[in-house]
Amino acid sequence: MEHCKKGKSLTEFLFLVPSLIGVSIFVLIPFIDVVRRSFCGAMSGEFVGLQNYVTVFTNKAFQLAAGNTLRFVGICMPLLIGLSLLVALILYHQAERAALFKTTFLIPLAIPVASVVLLWRVVFHSKGLLSALVVRFGGQAIDWMNSGWAFWVLVASYLWKNLGYDIVLWLAGLSSISPSIYEAAAVDGANTWKVFTRITMPNLLPSLYTITVLSFLNSFKVFREAYLVAGDYPHSSMYLLQHLFNNWFRDLQMDKLSAAAVLTALIIMGLILLLRRAWEEKCE
Amino acid sequence: MKKSAVTLLLPALLAVLVWMPLLFLAGGSFMGVVELTENLAPILTDSSGYASWRLLPQFPTLRPYIELLLDSPQFFVMFWNSVKLTLCILAGQFLVAVPAAWGFAQYRFPFKNFLFTLYVVLMLMPFQVMMVSSYLVLDRFSLLDTHAAIILPAVFSTFPVFIMHRFFCSIPNAVIESAALDGANKLQIFLYMGVPLGAPGILSALVLGFLEYWSLIEQPLTFLRNKTLWPLSLYLPNITADKAGLALAASVVMLIPAILVFLYGQSYLEQGIIAASVKE
Repeated sequence: MEHCKKGKSLTEFLFLVPSLIGVSIFVLIPFIDVVRRSFCGAMSGEFVGLQNYVTVFTNKAFQLAAGNTLRFVGICMPLLIGLSLLVALILYHQAERAALFKTTFLIPLAIPVASVVLLWRVVFHSKGLLSALVVRFGGQAIDWMNSGWAFWVLVASYLWKNLGYDIVLWLAGLSSISPSIYEAAAVDGANTWKVFTRITMPNLLPSLYTITVLSFLNSFKVFREAYLVAGDYPHSSMYLLQHLFNNWFRDLQMDKLSAAAVLTALIIMGLILLLRRAWEEKCE
Repeated sequence: MKKSAVTLLLPALLAVLVWMPLLFLAGGSFMGVVELTENLAPILTDSSGYASWRLLPQFPTLRPYIELLLDSPQFFVMFWNSVKLTLCILAGQFLVAVPAAWGFAQYRFPFKNFLFTLYVVLMLMPFQVMMVSSYLVLDRFSLLDTHAAIILPAVFSTFPVFIMHRFFCSIPNAVIESAALDGANKLQIFLYMGVPLGAPGILSALVLGFLEYWSLIEQPLTFLRNKTLWPLSLYLPNITADKAGLALAASVVMLIPAILVFLYGQSYLEQGIIAASVKE
């Protein structure tokens, strides 16, 4: 950004004004207000200190939802990141076929959730297509969405949706590694595994950081699938924080909701900073 | 040659899994009532056995589409709601975010880094974090239960500013300077140099935005009680025996604009995804 013009002319600032005003009114000021509310009683509006946070932490529904969300993120992210890296590595060496595959893996990103929800019902019904398949191989029919399997259906859906996104990011990371490093390694007689662990992986670390953050944030969007398939109160294995927020919102429990929103914001910011620090330390 | 075939096994397998739902949907939407009922009877009517499916309909028919497009006023209203919401949001983002991104990319002013970091943090917050604050401000302005409740907060999303900023930053300084030497003022430079040169970035943000806003779920669900205002993404007819075809056709109609935008804008979509990941 060294091509910035000097001078204090206000006309330059005018470009930003509409956006700044809108962001302040619709996002920033209301959020600061929510932080304030998280320390106040819902009815009285009086300052109650950390009371709302204590209430949220001891709430059974919150514990269930937070646990499920953690479990979901903890299982999905390594799976997604590993699988997309594997596919990206294969496609990177298959330049002429990569375009077709990239289109394929990106298409789920474009498919509105509402379009596939119907199909989910047909597939995961207790007498649906998946049960039919399982029975054919001698298994038992299951009402998938009303059992512990619901969680895994959600995992699969998240992978299906986000695989292409991460593959594109990995491919961008791979293509930013200078070919001359690989040539030098080849001259020195390094084998494939050595090249991968000594050159490819270290150079992909910055990508790993951003991919982790973005995959984490995209994991919040899985609520769409969960909600459209199972409604307000899905099977307890897939009752996520988002369901809880939704249900508290409907009951206008603003005190708990504010505290939970601030907590979630803190955790997200913390994770972003933590990952950034972890990456920077490895870099030195 | 052999080696490449083996390594492609995994991507090929995954690709089949990705395509399957789409093929199922497309095939099913051309099936007649009788065929669908026959396939789905165990689900729809509680009879014994299990559902089955053919990829290609035995007796293809356009009946479900005709019924949906001509005889379902509710579907039509929701389709136009979706179109209206998406277009208004994208137009608003274009008017607000493009100049803002240009301002961030080209000029130096106090607190710039702080403001930009704030924009990045706000863009990374999921809807659930912001829903209380959005609700409170929309309530204050009496915007709840209007389309403006969906449009206005989305217009001021900081995400498009961030994406476009990346592309504006990559415009070489010399280009801007030469325009200034020729006597162009700041607005002229922005309109005649910035916007055309940053067009890929603007399109990236708009393509990403379209795919996001075409399938909005949380916002309309939270801020719109009046169901006549709901967008298509919340149109979920129950699968009953006589409506299964209708529901499948609705799924496909909902899908078509998104696929068209995807096919037209795939390269912008990729550029946008990559731009969002670049480290500051």
